[in-house]
Amino acid sequence: MTEATGDAGGLGMPMRDRVIAASDRAAKDATERAALDEYPVLVGAGNNAELTDQILTPIWTSSSVWWPLFIISALLTVLFIYAMGVTFVRGIGSWGNNIPVAWAWGITDFVWWIGIGHAGTFISAFLILLNQRWRGSINRFAESMTLFALVNASLFPLLHLGRPWFFYWLLPYPSTMGVWPNFKSSLPWDVAAVSTYFTISLLFWYMGLVPDLAAARDRAPGITRRRIYGIFALGWRGSSTEWRHYRVAYVLLAGLATPLVISVHSVVSLDFAITQLPGWHSTIFPPYFVAGAIYSGLATVMMLLLPIRKVFHLESIITKAHLSNLAKLMLVTGLMLAYSYFCELFVALYSGDPFEYYTNLIARPLGPYAVIYWFMLFANVVTPQIFWWKKMRTSTVPLFAASLLIFVGMWCERFVIIVGSLNRDFLPSSWHYYAPTWVDMSLLAGSLGLFCLLFLAFLRWVPMVALSEVKKLRYDVAHDPDRVGTELSA
Amino acid sequence: MKLKIPATRSPRPRRVLGEFTSADLMLAGVDALRRAGYEKLETYAPFDVPGLDERLGLRRSRIGWLVLAGGIIGMILGYGIQWWANVHNYPLNSGGRPVHAVPAFVFPTFEATIIFSGFAAFFGLFAWLRLPRLWAPIDEISGFSRASIDRFWIAVGAISTTEDGDRASAILRDAGALHTVGPADA
Repeated sequence: MTEATGDAGGLGMPMRDRVIAASDRAAKDATERAALDEYPVLVGAGNNAELTDQILTPIWTSSSVWWPLFIISALLTVLFIYAMGVTFVRGIGSWGNNIPVAWAWGITDFVWWIGIGHAGTFISAFLILLNQRWRGSINRFAESMTLFALVNASLFPLLHLGRPWFFYWLLPYPSTMGVWPNFKSSLPWDVAAVSTYFTISLLFWYMGLVPDLAAARDRAPGITRRRIYGIFALGWRGSSTEWRHYRVAYVLLAGLATPLVISVHSVVSLDFAITQLPGWHSTIFPPYFVAGAIYSGLATVMMLLLPIRKVFHLESIITKAHLSNLAKLMLVTGLMLAYSYFCELFVALYSGDPFEYYTNLIARPLGPYAVIYWFMLFANVVTPQIFWWKKMRTSTVPLFAASLLIFVGMWCERFVIIVGSLNRDFLPSSWHYYAPTWVDMSLLAGSLGLFCLLFLAFLRWVPMVALSEVKKLRYDVAHDPDRVGTELSA
Repeated sequence: MKLKIPATRSPRPRRVLGEFTSADLMLAGVDALRRAGYEKLETYAPFDVPGLDERLGLRRSRIGWLVLAGGIIGMILGYGIQWWANVHNYPLNSGGRPVHAVPAFVFPTFEATIIFSGFAAFFGLFAWLRLPRLWAPIDEISGFSRASIDRFWIAVGAISTTEDGDRASAILRDAGALHTVGPADA
């Protein structure tokens, strides 16, 4: 150990200087890390018992805010069911769709809802594979949001079938009619993609929930609730054997869900891209749709997260680090989307195809839906730019306002793509101005109601934060703050 | 609640359990027990404690093979159904495209692969762990339910003599256990 005793030999630097240099470097590292890490991922969240009680209290006790919200959502859901009934009885004629605008709000809602779902899988599956451990505090919200968005998303194409009660004709089953679905059409692809996505999301959500249901079982006041949560917890005891297999199965399920994030909206985009219609027939559609999907979903997660964080006092678990990280992701996906918009316009200009040119550069920005088009550009491209500023990434009001704009802006994007292309196709004599009917509007409002209803039910009866993951996050933070982030003790 | 054990039950090796307040203490306990030669260890923890498998001398779970098998079955089924339906049983000329349109069959094949792998991971996991098992003798130990909240337990298995049990209990207490239970049939 010559180095420790004085001269550092080959390096030609006295030991004392090297120590000083090393400590300077360490100090510099620490400041840089502090600058990068910005905010702690946990803020004095109490010990594990307090944490458990904090998260579980809302499922044992009802809150005064919950009932009014639940009733409003339930009323909207009734409206949804009524509008579905009208669609069943009177048919698609009760919607505003008419040739050439054969797809309108119904498909807009479908694409929008399924896109929103993507952020949940992105946060829970993508980020687990990238070892982003902060995700543990918000993945339960995000996954639940995915499930409920998918419930809505899957309803719209079924309603659009014309005779929705024959929906099972879409499935490949040996029917007495002797016919099979045509797998060269994109519709059976959608069926496969959406049903797989919903199923995997549900399994992933439930698997993540099992250890927390066990915690709920073991903290439940009263035998009835203990039994109910006990049944759903399947007898989980957290043994080393259980965790050992669970960990691998969970990561594998995440790995399986990750390509779904990419594939589902790619398949949805192919419903459009494999047609000949100007504005749809485009190779950029799959990545364009995926970026937009994650973008709209992140905005939705943010809109749900901000009030919940406030109402349930989760500031210690969902810290500014989470808000800031989500805002950064919104900025990135927003830029990807802006690039896709730019590419679409550029290719329309550069290809020399008069129909593409007309749709993208004249009909959309100057046509009957120009207001929606420009609002879309403003909401989706300009809004996220505020997230270049650190203050904007952590302040509640700008975050919520920007997320709401993006939430609405992404619906407008789906509308612009679908109706904006269909209403002015190749033959001017068949151009048609589309306007929605009250049934279209009720279906959209009602689906928002159903989404809120399901989400409120989730908040009331399911542990809303992944407890076992936050406990692990706390452990990781204590043992490896360099890689995981820091905890600020209260 | 007192355990009712049928008199006809054959005597079997029992377990000694110790309760710890932190994951680190539990890990130290595991190390101490293994140094003393105890190999049949099981721990109970509210979260997936990193590094536990190595300390217990366990290899990575092999459940992945099950998932792989599920995926392969799904892939074959997914493609097979499409081939059977569109090529063999009901060939349909759609826009003059080939009846056996491989690129078009890729998407449902992919989805079938994923969904069958997912089923294998989910149902395979719980079958592997023999869950649901809503009650187990260990649940009767007072305070064990905190293993899902904030306490960490070590169960030392294959304890056949009183001396052996005392020794394991002593090691657990030395490692910082709050208290020990057993030898018990838990």
